[in-house]
Amino acid sequence: MKDLFAVIMLSGIYGLLSASFFVSMDAVDVAFTEASVGAGISTLLMLVAITMTGRTENPSRHKPLLALAVVIVTGSLLIYGTLDMPYFGSAQAPIHQHVAPRYINDSMQEVGVPNIVTSVLASYRAFDTFGEVVVIFTAGMGVLALLSAVRRPRDVAEIDSFNKSMYEEHLILRIVAKMLIPFILLFALYVQFHGDYGPGGGFQAGVIFAAAIILYAMLFGMNTARRVINQSFIQLFAAIGVLLYGSVGVISLLNGKNFLDYSILSADPIAGQHLGILLIELGVGFTVASVMVIIFFNFAGRRNNQQNKENNDSC
Amino acid sequence: MLMGLYNYWIVVVLMMVGFYIVIAHGNLIKKIVGLSIFQTSVFIFYISMAKVEGGTAPILAEGIRQYSNPLPHVLILTAIVVGIATTALGLALAVRIKEAYGSIEEEDIQKKDNLDC
Amino acid sequence: MLAHLPILQVIVPLMAAPLCLFLTRSRLVWLFTLIASGLAFLISSLLLQQVMVSGTIIYELGGWDAPWGIEYRIDQLNAFLLLIISAVSTIVLLAAHTSIKQEIPADRHTLFYILYLLSLAGMLGIVATGDAFNVFVFLEISSLSAYALIALGKDRRALWASYQYLIMGTIGATFILIGIGMMYQMTGTLNMDDLSKRLPEVAHTRTVFTAFAFVIVGVCLKLALFPLHLWLPNAYAYAPSIVTAFFAATATKVAVYLLIRFTFSVFGLSFSFTALPLQMLFVVLGLLGIFAASIAAIYQKNVKHLFAYSSVAQIGYMIVGFSVSTTTGLMATLLHLFNHALMKSALFLALAAVVYRIGSVQLSQFHGLGRQMPFTMAAIVIGGLSLIGVPLTVGFVSKWYLALATLENGWWPVTALILLGSLLAIVYVWRIVEVAYFKPPIAGRESIKEAPLSFLIPIWTLVIANIYFGIDTRLSVQVAQAASQSLFGVSP
Repeated sequence: MKDLFAVIMLSGIYGLLSASFFVSMDAVDVAFTEASVGAGISTLLMLVAITMTGRTENPSRHKPLLALAVVIVTGSLLIYGTLDMPYFGSAQAPIHQHVAPRYINDSMQEVGVPNIVTSVLASYRAFDTFGEVVVIFTAGMGVLALLSAVRRPRDVAEIDSFNKSMYEEHLILRIVAKMLIPFILLFALYVQFHGDYGPGGGFQAGVIFAAAIILYAMLFGMNTARRVINQSFIQLFAAIGVLLYGSVGVISLLNGKNFLDYSILSADPIAGQHLGILLIELGVGFTVASVMVIIFFNFAGRRNNQQNKENNDSC
Repeated sequence: MLMGLYNYWIVVVLMMVGFYIVIAHGNLIKKIVGLSIFQTSVFIFYISMAKVEGGTAPILAEGIRQYSNPLPHVLILTAIVVGIATTALGLALAVRIKEAYGSIEEEDIQKKDNLDC
Repeated sequence: MLAHLPILQVIVPLMAAPLCLFLTRSRLVWLFTLIASGLAFLISSLLLQQVMVSGTIIYELGGWDAPWGIEYRIDQLNAFLLLIISAVSTIVLLAAHTSIKQEIPADRHTLFYILYLLSLAGMLGIVATGDAFNVFVFLEISSLSAYALIALGKDRRALWASYQYLIMGTIGATFILIGIGMMYQMTGTLNMDDLSKRLPEVAHTRTVFTAFAFVIVGVCLKLALFPLHLWLPNAYAYAPSIVTAFFAATATKVAVYLLIRFTFSVFGLSFSFTALPLQMLFVVLGLLGIFAASIAAIYQKNVKHLFAYSSVAQIGYMIVGFSVSTTTGLMATLLHLFNHALMKSALFLALAAVVYRIGSVQLSQFHGLGRQMPFTMAAIVIGGLSLIGVPLTVGFVSKWYLALATLENGWWPVTALILLGSLLAIVYVWRIVEVAYFKPPIAGRESIKEAPLSFLIPIWTLVIANIYFGIDTRLSVQVAQAASQSLFGVSP
């Protein structure tokens, strides 16, 4: 397949299919995330990227034989490794016997949150999640370091005229979007705060929140969106998310407990756990939403700059 | 035995498809697509092992005794985030490479580098 | 607060990174970064002291006991590595402000420091943690920031090098993830200590064997073990000079640490060296790496490339020491970790100073630099001598123990080859000396002056350390010995 557009669309479909597979595997939280990331954000980013890099692949003159050999060796090793695996779905597998039973049986008493995934994610293994937030933050900073360009201030009048001319296009889309965006934002908030009880949480909420902003930016033009959302402001927001998460940990440190031990946050340990989870999920949501917006804005901004340059060159 | 492991075998095939795209193709964007397929297949591997026959999603509710294992779900949530972070950075690099070299084909870039030396 | 040192070690640089965004001036950010890194250095020295006195420290994150929560487990090995990483990072940072002013556009300075801190925190996190999955998360923090840092290099080839590193690094990390998944599947735990207790029961299964193979291959990709080293030379050569100095001294060391941790502590010695012909494989690959990379180094025209290939060769020495799999062999590897960090950070910092003054590290541009930048070039010469392994430098100490270890095992041909490899190092170091001291300065460049003090102070700190630890070996040898013995003690 030489057309990258089709390749990316297919990979988006693959993401969506694996998300539905995850649902049938009982991993609803993961499915939610995979649907928003694998089928949503990453497809979108790839599409923006190919508008800048061109959408066809050159016919390959590579020697695929070596690659094929490597793949076959790795694949057969993996198949060999599967032979002694516990059977699929078997309740006797070691992973269901050790470590996990405590999460399933005791998390209600220890953390007090019905969604076990949330309690493991945000309390038992909260440090992994802190690492995850930092990974996203790192990606945001990395994309900034690579793509952020010094923007030339353009005439406001030019933007306005540009907007007016665009206003006639996509009229229906814009009206529908204007109606939808508040609901999307509302849904993001619901996902954010409902993560304790159902699937959802800071990460998914952040992605949805960012999706609303990105939708706005796509339909109303980057410049309008930029005027609504300030770039450096949103970077600070990303930092605040990480810091919020970290400071919850530091508070437990200052109170003589271990890092990220929430039970100190309130007189009642369970209430403390609740508060801790709420705060760190909020931190996750902040960082994820702002980093997604940063990444998208910088990709799209780069593209606008390129187009401007081309226009100037042709003049 | 065949029925007990077929799921893992499908995963292996998927993984290897992704892996092959990464190492055999010269187009930078396609490599990243391959990488994300490779990673997603690893996610499927983790999630499959968490499944328990007759279990349900790990959200505590009345009257349910068998839950699937929540731990791999948590790990994969983290891994998905890591995956998108890598994809974003890789794409950003590809965009910059296109600007600097005027191409995103491995061979062209290598040729231009050799000229530089 | 003393009880919380293990976690502070990682979160001080980690939390400092986002705080940088709130500072405005480049100089301020630099000072702040320096303080954070210095604090990490202080913490790691305290930790090492504590560990040497009272043994392994365990710190349970979130107050959940392992294996349900994540724990930090600091023994002699971790503490030693933490000290190396944070010390090098701090010393290298001293020169950062001057160096990046010239190499990185002004609007990227804050981002540079943020990424630098994140990378530091990532590496410290990998080393400190006692949880297999947590390793993966922090591995990605350090690698993602590394890709971005390398791509900040001026040359467009930096972008391509960074992209290649990203692909190789991600494949490596994904392999490690597959390996961890299989280990988890067979044992039900992610905690390293718990794994080491539960793995022997299932050690005969094909799944565990595959898990082991995947982890080893993944780590070797990160380690740049010959022949998986192809990403390394370009990444080091085109990254900003400060980044090269930092990574050359730390990044591959962390991978070596992971190799040691997984083979010795997690899988256990008896499994690791019987499941695969690991010993044979690593001796051959290590020696091949030493020779292939040293010979490649001789033919390089770019001095950064030259030392990058020499790094691949030095990794070969570490791997040979590792494959001897005796206490002395492992001790030689650990000593070389420490010593090589000292040498390479000194050498690459000196190159950073050269870039600062003449804007290039092509060997042809080095004509007459011996007279124009006497202190910088003297540092390169001493670093080079150390690389060769001349007595009274640190390089001699590690080569000595390595030779001893191979002889103890009766591998005298290997000993001979190691010494032969050092001869190759003489050749490539001599090429620089020849050009710098015995060629007249290039016309029109008579005005080149010695590098500013902000370079000379960190460079000479490292050079003096190179000589000091070459003469007074008590500290490094004592710690390396203790670490190596404890690793063998855990898995008899």
